[in-house]
Amino acid sequence: MTVDIDKTAADTPPSGPEAIKAIPVRHYGRYVSAVVALALLGGVVYAFSQGRINWDAIPDYFFDDRILDGVGKTLLLTVLSMAIGIIGGILLAVMRLSKNPVTSSIAWFYIWFFRGTPVLVQLIVWFNLGLVFEYINLGPFYKDEWSDFMTPFLTALLGLGLNEAAYMAEICRAGLLSVDEGQTEASHALGMSHTKTLRRIVIPQAMRVIVPPTGNEVINMLKTTSLVSVVQYPELLRAAQDIGQTSGAPAEMLFLAAAWYLLLTSVFSIGQYYLERYYARGSSRSLPATPFQKIKANVLSLSSRSKPTGGKA
Amino acid sequence: MTAMVKAEGVHKSFGPVEVLKGIDLEVKSGEVFCLIGPSGSGKSTFLRCINHLEKINAGRLYVDGELVGYRQKGDKLYELKDSEVALKRRDIGMVFQRFNLFPHMTAVENVMEAPVQVKGVNKGQARQRALELLDRVGLADKAGSYPSQLSGGQQQRVAIARALAMDPKLMLFDEPTSALDPELVGDVLDVMRDLAESGMTMIVVTHEMGFAREVGDSLVFMDGGVVVESGHPREVLTNPQHERTKSFLSKVL
Repeated sequence: MTVDIDKTAADTPPSGPEAIKAIPVRHYGRYVSAVVALALLGGVVYAFSQGRINWDAIPDYFFDDRILDGVGKTLLLTVLSMAIGIIGGILLAVMRLSKNPVTSSIAWFYIWFFRGTPVLVQLIVWFNLGLVFEYINLGPFYKDEWSDFMTPFLTALLGLGLNEAAYMAEICRAGLLSVDEGQTEASHALGMSHTKTLRRIVIPQAMRVIVPPTGNEVINMLKTTSLVSVVQYPELLRAAQDIGQTSGAPAEMLFLAAAWYLLLTSVFSIGQYYLERYYARGSSRSLPATPFQKIKANVLSLSSRSKPTGGKA
Repeated sequence: MTAMVKAEGVHKSFGPVEVLKGIDLEVKSGEVFCLIGPSGSGKSTFLRCINHLEKINAGRLYVDGELVGYRQKGDKLYELKDSEVALKRRDIGMVFQRFNLFPHMTAVENVMEAPVQVKGVNKGQARQRALELLDRVGLADKAGSYPSQLSGGQQQRVAIARALAMDPKLMLFDEPTSALDPELVGDVLDVMRDLAESGMTMIVVTHEMGFAREVGDSLVFMDGGVVVESGHPREVLTNPQHERTKSFLSKVL
């Protein structure tokens, strides 16, 4: 008896029952769809290779001073209008959630108006307000001619920022509402004030809900800044178009602008990933690994995997 | 012994539903006061009135001789400002059924938060004291853990430490063991027993009759928004006078 048991124990691998070896199902549909997709892709690439495109113009102008200046202006506009959008959005969300019926109605009206009209129309309206106002008069603080006050930059900034505030308000409101009421109660029971409760307890938890859509908004904003070329602000798209008209490569310059937008949105996406990771602390038991940590883990597991197989061979 | 909490004809309604229909009771300083009763009897609501998480509609409620939520001048009542209410809540610790720990902070940060933010204690001192409190509830080794990494019983003990960090003169427990696995109840009750032995005034809404019998100094049975029966826990639990108390106890004991 004991001899038998020893024999079987020696024959079977110590890792337990025998692994199943079965012939997998063939998914022929997958091969077909892969071939079709590749053929279509090849067609598009071929079409572009046959077009009269002066590819050399793109690297020539990629770091042109005018383009870099446009990129800088695009980034500046993105950052500043998002800042207006976020601050305005928080303010509107708090107004909307307040018990005061006047402030909450005003916030509701603002959101209704700015979400309900196209941002391009808003930009053009800001641009043309000079037709109805001759002067800007803020009492004792500031007085100037409207055309001097409302530069293309300010038009673009107000148009994009105020519109963004309406969207950010809804994102912030959803975030604030997502925090359990028990958190506010626990904080109040400890003697913390409304403001401290909001700042220390509610907002940090709301951020987990607020950050991902805000990242999308930033990326959207970066692209939407291209609309302000209509109000004569020389951002990236406008700079590319201007060069296109003088250099005789208009389509190439649009490709160049697209490449720059793609590059910038990619960089923003990476930033968003790390920001989300920061605000996820405490909500999940372990944080998702950063790409660097993933690579490190993969390299480690590869080296540890190769050792035993190498030993057998 | 002076009265820590005194209720005189306390009424509370949520819209048309009257939850408390005239509660009169007195909690003496240093005693463990147990509130039992079926769900919906108003015991949790009464507890929440004591630190003004709920406003009472009629009657008077005093904590340590002072009116809760109002100031009386002559025969007129003035509502207290939010900041004044917050000031009074510092002295009343509360432990919730669902723990309500702050999930974005570690255990030690949860305990430090109120002393640092409300009392302005410096962080080093607050951390030192928080670690002592965590040690007292048997969780010294979990100081750096987030609530999601702790079991229910551990979370509730952190919540008790968090409330104690404000050095309250009164502790309110709102069914502190009802959301716990039966196995974990004992740890939390042990911490509460220690606290009672240290002389803390405690009001405990509970379904743990064993705890009420062993640790409680007074017990009140509530039903339908009124106090049905009160007395020493051992007497009420072993020899209930009222029919409603008898039928309730026969179901839970």
